[in-house]
Amino acid sequence: MFAYLVRRIGSIVPTLIFVSMLIFGLQQLLPGDPAIVLAGEDRDPNVVAYLREKMHLDEPLPVRYLYWIKGVLHGDLGESLRMQKPVLELILEKLPVTMELAAFAIVIALVIGVPAGIVSAVKRNTAWDYGANAVALWGLSTPNFWLGIMMILLFSVTLGWLPASGFVSPFENLKANLAALVMPAFVLGNAIAAVLMRHTRSAMLQVLSSDYVRTARAKGLGERSVILKHALRNALIPVITLGALELGTLLSGAVLTEQVFTIPGFGKLIVDAVFNRDYAVVQGVVLFTATAYIVLNLLADLAYVVVNPQIRVH
Amino acid sequence: MRDDALAGPAEPVRISPRAHPFRRLLRRGAAAAGLVVIAIVVTVALFAPWIAPYDPLAASWSAIRKAPSAAHWFGTDEIGRDVLSRVIFGARASLLAGVVAALISLSIGVPIGLLAGYAGGRTDMLISRLTDAVLACPFLILAIALAAFLGPSLTNAMIAIGVSATPVFIRLTRGQTLAIKAEEFVLAARAIGNPPWRVALLHVLPNVVPALIVQATLAVAAAVIAEASLSFLGLGQQPPAPSWGSMLNTAKNYIDNAPWMAVWPGVSIFLLVLSFNLVGDGLRDALDPRHA
Repeated sequence: MFAYLVRRIGSIVPTLIFVSMLIFGLQQLLPGDPAIVLAGEDRDPNVVAYLREKMHLDEPLPVRYLYWIKGVLHGDLGESLRMQKPVLELILEKLPVTMELAAFAIVIALVIGVPAGIVSAVKRNTAWDYGANAVALWGLSTPNFWLGIMMILLFSVTLGWLPASGFVSPFENLKANLAALVMPAFVLGNAIAAVLMRHTRSAMLQVLSSDYVRTARAKGLGERSVILKHALRNALIPVITLGALELGTLLSGAVLTEQVFTIPGFGKLIVDAVFNRDYAVVQGVVLFTATAYIVLNLLADLAYVVVNPQIRVH
Repeated sequence: MRDDALAGPAEPVRISPRAHPFRRLLRRGAAAAGLVVIAIVVTVALFAPWIAPYDPLAASWSAIRKAPSAAHWFGTDEIGRDVLSRVIFGARASLLAGVVAALISLSIGVPIGLLAGYAGGRTDMLISRLTDAVLACPFLILAIALAAFLGPSLTNAMIAIGVSATPVFIRLTRGQTLAIKAEEFVLAARAIGNPPWRVALLHVLPNVVPALIVQATLAVAAAVIAEASLSFLGLGQQPPAPSWGSMLNTAKNYIDNAPWMAVWPGVSIFLLVLSFNLVGDGLRDALDPRHA
């Protein structure tokens, strides 16, 4: 077990190194002298000279990478030229908003996806199953920014029930905060609900045909007890860990959802940075998301090992 | 990371000799319906200049934000352009982006995956670690970053989407190659003295193709959504050229007084993506006897 832990944690190191190289390499895609491009439209010679020195542009590429990664390891993701703030500070400032939205979205995805998957597996090849599959296909095929616009049209413009945009801190006004987040969270949770439904369905189908479920039935347990107590518990293990892999979908989706609903989070930060040609922020956000993804995946894998004794033994 | 946790070693997908896969595909109604929709969208895109009732770029100051009517079936936009004509021409950007991005992913991913799977050893380890690194960056966020550094245009959006989706094809080709490499006919081909490149290209690759077709179809669906997303953010097709994503971006600002501007581009994206997903699922069933 301990050897597995060490090996698994060690395995993310090369991945992290490659990720950092990849993201550092993005800069090379900029046409022309990066210092001039990064200095913005006015190309102030002082700023260009400052950037040349800060980015060590006179040094060869591998040396520049080493300077950059040294900064990153010390928490220096560069500086936003537009907002005159360290990139890390900006990210940490916006992160709580996106985390609240993401947490809300995951709850919605679980509440829709898991029961739909159970019903679909238990009532396999019935109208329930087809219905649940159709809803999942809809969830996977709808562009979430369009769903967001349509929900604004229905619930804000036509019915006037919910605010169309904006964000209120939960510490300021919890009710207004929830009202502002319910639509974006649903939009974001919708696609993940579809994935969870499919995972739950296949995990349940597998578990329902296993010997111990047959034993549980044979000893006369009610169907409800068999499904909820015996089958579901084991089926949920892979669902939860596979669900963790949807973090990428969640973060990608958050970029568009925050744009539609004008929520000042992480996604809006990267989009604004793109338009302001604030490349350090773009790099910082990608590096941060990739690292978060790798670490959370590691935690999901470890959680899987902890709850699943079969793997622990091997 | 993802595949290891999900499925374990991949098995090669084989075509059952009993039934023609295409006929089996058509027998699945949903996949057939998907094919019909794709055929319609392709036709509309190809013949757009003849089908569209108006010039998609022609503004009319006397017809600003008019609701749908006999003259303008889908209404008009904020500078009086015909929404139907723009939706029709917008199909070109979406289809082109979907297909070209998938081709880019295929043409980079398949050779690299084949090399990793067939060569094994250090080559495989290096390629696999690199693939993990790219996969760790969420698909759309990586595409946004690439498009941002390359500069906003439809071509760059296609490159960004294609490159971001490549790791999936590397993984798939590698996994299938590993499984097929161990089959007896491959061992036989090697035993009679064929050079490695010949075995990889003529004996292994053809057996990976069915799985690649399925994945490519699903990749087109993902690329269509990704192009619409990038255009929605202003990183894809540049105005005034029509694209479904950028039309939605404008429509968002007029949602309270011209909601028709937002409906049809979204419906079009949804239908096209749904169709590619249905055909992809249908192809998987048709090409894989285990699902039939």
